Amino acid sequence: MGLQAYLTLAAIVFGIGLFGVVTRRNTIGILLGIELMLNAVNINLVAFSRFSGSDVGMVFTVFAICITVAEAAMGLAIVILLFRIRRTVMADHLDLLKG
Amino acid sequence: MPETIAFWSLAVVLVGSALAVVLSKNLFHSVLWLALALTGTAGVFLLLEAEFLAAVQLLLYAGGIVTIVVFAIVVTERLVGERITQTNRRITAGAVTSLAIIALVVNAISRQPLPTTKEPLTADLTRSIGESVLTRFVLPFELLGVLMLAAMLGAIYFARPED
Repeated sequence: MGLQAYLTLAAIVFGIGLFGVVTRRNTIGILLGIELMLNAVNINLVAFSRFSGSDVGMVFTVFAICITVAEAAMGLAIVILLFRIRRTVMADHLDLLKG
Repeated sequence: MPETIAFWSLAVVLVGSALAVVLSKNLFHSVLWLALALTGTAGVFLLLEAEFLAAVQLLLYAGGIVTIVVFAIVVTERLVGERITQTNRRITAGAVTSLAIIALVVNAISRQPLPTTKEPLTADLTRSIGESVLTRFVLPFELLGVLMLAAMLGAIYFARPED
């Protein structure tokens, strides 16, 4: 399989993740969509790295995975905090920043 | 061609489970589908001969993230009882947006002259990743440690009991 096949697969997964981010009402659902999008980016990085014969892309993937884990931990901590304050995790009920 | 068969089956698993993640009515099922999608990604990494990344993917994503998301759902959601609609009214707009982006990217990819064969491996990839992380990328690696510490402190701060 050529590089094109991997990039196309990653683009499709990215698009599906974006659909999830746009359409979910639940904040946790939005975070799941973001995970899918970041995952697609990792596929791209690894595919480019493997087809160009350099390991730089894979090092970037290691960093990207770690940053994603930190992002998910913080995101879920914020979700739980919001639930404590507002008793809801629906994104359209969360308007704390609307003055 | 075993590689072609493996790629297509992984592609079907990945796209199918990703669709299930965003379309499933029950958020808990979404997370289980996400675990399958992340495992499928680990399979893609294996196909690209990045065994180390496949292992990291399984440990951190499929192990770690899925567990904490399940905890978050259990804390914030009524798993039984009343069902709240999980999607908003923007389904058409969302579908159009993501299909447009997919079409744009796939179109751009198909116009580029991309390599069709992999470069032959000269060294062990895991070893070369480790060497790069501790030589050329040592500063970002240390910064990553600081980021992890900050994230951990932040999560503990948020999770503290109310006073």
